[in-house]
Amino acid sequence: MAPETLIWLIPLPPLLAFFLIVLFTNKSKALSHTIGVGAAALSWLGSMVIFFQAIGVDHFGEKIFKSSINWLPTGTDFLKIGVQIDPLGAVTLFFVAWTIFMIFLYSVGYQNFGQPKGDHDRPGLPPHGATVTDEHGHKHTVLSVEPMYSRFFAFLALFAFGMYVLVVSDNLLTLFVGWEIMGLCSYLLIGFWYGKPSARNAAVKAFMTTRVGDVFMLLGLALLYSATGTLNYRAIFYNEEVLHSLATTMTPVLGLSAAGLIGLLLFIGTIGKSAQWPLHVWLPDAMEGPTPVSAMIHAATMVSAGVYMVIRIFPLVTADWTGHGLTTAMSVIAFIGAFTAIFAATIALAQNDIKRVLAYSTISQLGFMIAALGMGAYIAAAFHLVTHAFFKALLFLGSGSVIHGMEHGVLHTGNHKVDPQDMWNMGGLKNKMPITFWTFLIGGLALSGFPLVTAGFWSKDEILADAFAHEHWTILATLSIAALMTAFYTMRQITLTFLGQPRTKEAEHAHETPWTMTTPLVVLSVFAVGFGWVGIPEHFPGLGGLIPNWFHDFVGGTLIKHPKPVEFSWIPLTISLVVALGGLTLGWLVYKDVKAGDADPLEKPLGFLYPFLKNKWYFDEFYSYFVIKPMTWISEVFTKGMDQGVIDGILHFFARAALFIGHVFRNYFDKPVINELIGDKLGAYWTFQPAGRALSKTQTGRIQTYLIGAVAVFVAIGAALYLFAF
Amino acid sequence: MIPLSWYLYLSAVLFAIGLYGVLARKNAIAILLGIELMLNAANINLVAFWRYGDPALMAGQVFAIIVFAVAAAEVAVGLSLVISIYRSRKTVVADELDLMKW
Repeated sequence: MAPETLIWLIPLPPLLAFFLIVLFTNKSKALSHTIGVGAAALSWLGSMVIFFQAIGVDHFGEKIFKSSINWLPTGTDFLKIGVQIDPLGAVTLFFVAWTIFMIFLYSVGYQNFGQPKGDHDRPGLPPHGATVTDEHGHKHTVLSVEPMYSRFFAFLALFAFGMYVLVVSDNLLTLFVGWEIMGLCSYLLIGFWYGKPSARNAAVKAFMTTRVGDVFMLLGLALLYSATGTLNYRAIFYNEEVLHSLATTMTPVLGLSAAGLIGLLLFIGTIGKSAQWPLHVWLPDAMEGPTPVSAMIHAATMVSAGVYMVIRIFPLVTADWTGHGLTTAMSVIAFIGAFTAIFAATIALAQNDIKRVLAYSTISQLGFMIAALGMGAYIAAAFHLVTHAFFKALLFLGSGSVIHGMEHGVLHTGNHKVDPQDMWNMGGLKNKMPITFWTFLIGGLALSGFPLVTAGFWSKDEILADAFAHEHWTILATLSIAALMTAFYTMRQITLTFLGQPRTKEAEHAHETPWTMTTPLVVLSVFAVGFGWVGIPEHFPGLGGLIPNWFHDFVGGTLIKHPKPVEFSWIPLTISLVVALGGLTLGWLVYKDVKAGDADPLEKPLGFLYPFLKNKWYFDEFYSYFVIKPMTWISEVFTKGMDQGVIDGILHFFARAALFIGHVFRNYFDKPVINELIGDKLGAYWTFQPAGRALSKTQTGRIQTYLIGAVAVFVAIGAALYLFAF
Repeated sequence: MIPLSWYLYLSAVLFAIGLYGVLARKNAIAILLGIELMLNAANINLVAFWRYGDPALMAGQVFAIIVFAVAAAEVAVGLSLVISIYRSRKTVVADELDLMKW
């Protein structure tokens, strides 16, 4: 099969799976998950074939796979849509296919397939456990299967479809379509347990917040289309003439060039999707979804889409960049990224929910990538995107596994007051859940950037090296501190969860999870280590040059001008070694002796900062006070003043006037003239009453009878006109 | 190329189905569905005539888009009416909504 045909086919299996599950196999759990996992496997297979074909082509950036068809007729021309895989698309496809396939497999175990039906589980609420009697007559409470199991796979499949559409598309319009499909699925999955008010609110919050970004993104798309007449990547981003004309056209907004303005508008879409400050508020709440799975979607795939888009539009954003200093658009992007990186990292320091720590860490890591793009480090950002997707997927799935194990403990003791997600209730899980522990450790080390072995080290080091080489000192300092905090809170999490002694009975009875959940962990941990080796800088002491810097050469081909690798320097390397190892050691030292019931050791030294961080810098309160309250107030003003006062007032005036006129006619015309004169005196009463009675039969009060009358009259008039007028 | 008349037949059939739905179905939502079918039948006509007439003139396409917008607004209003009727009368069967009958 030609690669182009195969690329068209990649997104289809999940879409078919969605419809099959929704329409036909809803009742059968086994059939539904077979279809779902099978579809994910098919797409994965197609993606792998494409990926390996792509890396086999020399100078792939110039000879990419692409194919397009006419889609929307616009006058005499057509808006074309199509698929394309270029070097950036190929690596994105690689990690997307792997992570999506792994989520599907993992979901089978996480949603307790094969477990009995719950005692009083209801659709819309998480499973509460089932009582079973074993052969000795003892009663046990075990995990019960998710009541809406099939529905979950249907949503996941639709989600996978959206992500694949986004990756294989060759223009920003179909990218936007995939983007919005994922927005919808994210709403559906966050609100999957719609019986919980918190989940409902989180779903609405996520949808509304990302919508703010999407409106601006749509504006950017419209502006780009009106400026260039196309939305195709190749026609804009691989075309120096178009880029040059966009860079030299000035706009009245803030002295930005057209390229910068469009780039920034599109970037606001990313702020929403990738949860950058100030639209980051939805992502932590999105943890309300079924534990690891929707969480991992919000970590490894969907939020990556935002960064992927900025990497795509990178030539546009940097069109008027001379290579020295930063343009306005780039400084804005770099500022947002760097600020988000450090801001989210500080919040992650003080969170107790195992998933929330990871959620803030995701925001922070996405900030790293955005900052890298803002300062022009194209390859470094793409590299960190891929490695982060792998190790963050691993961490989220690992945390889901931990929660699953803890739920086992909670059901064993029957004490439902213990929150299975609170890290202070854990401890000592290392021996209970060895596979989860070792894989989580690998993921955590990769996130902290543990030197030499983990993928996270190579990609994060490259960002720091780039900041150093181009002398962006503020960004370098900010990101280094953020990296230090990352290592610290990761170690805090690992120590609190897995090391030491169990702090609750529930943690003592935690249990390793089934193979469907541990297999994805093992697979992803291979990538969390191994993927770093494809991007080792050439001049790295000792290791550089042993394996060619394949990632740089390959992905660099996406741009017209291949970016040059930065000079090697010991300073950024030392920084990244110090922050990673220092943060990890500190985290271990501070948290290794925490006993049950202890307060967080950070609480005292941080003083008033601790509640500030724990409450996420009071951003939710800030928004509810300065955005939601004024909105409610304005709508109240409009309801009371405008709608009920002015508009209803006018209508009431008309009603009163009509009533008054009616009164006049009734008293001075109807009563004396019609009733008395014509009716009584002339005796018409005797004819009108039976006629009225007969006619009132036609007033059935049924809208459809009237409609039939209307249609009949219409047909009659039409026939009359046809016969006599033409 | 498919002849123009085929599109017109399709549109006529669709319109007739929609009309039948509006007149014969009792469920208010089904009636709304019927209205949608009729609107889209009109759209097929508009687009077909545009395509077979002068494609450089965008009128047919633009009209179809206006019809979309109107249809969307109509569904929003219609469905919210249905919901509020359901709340107060616990039914969406058109025949049972006979408050206006005297």
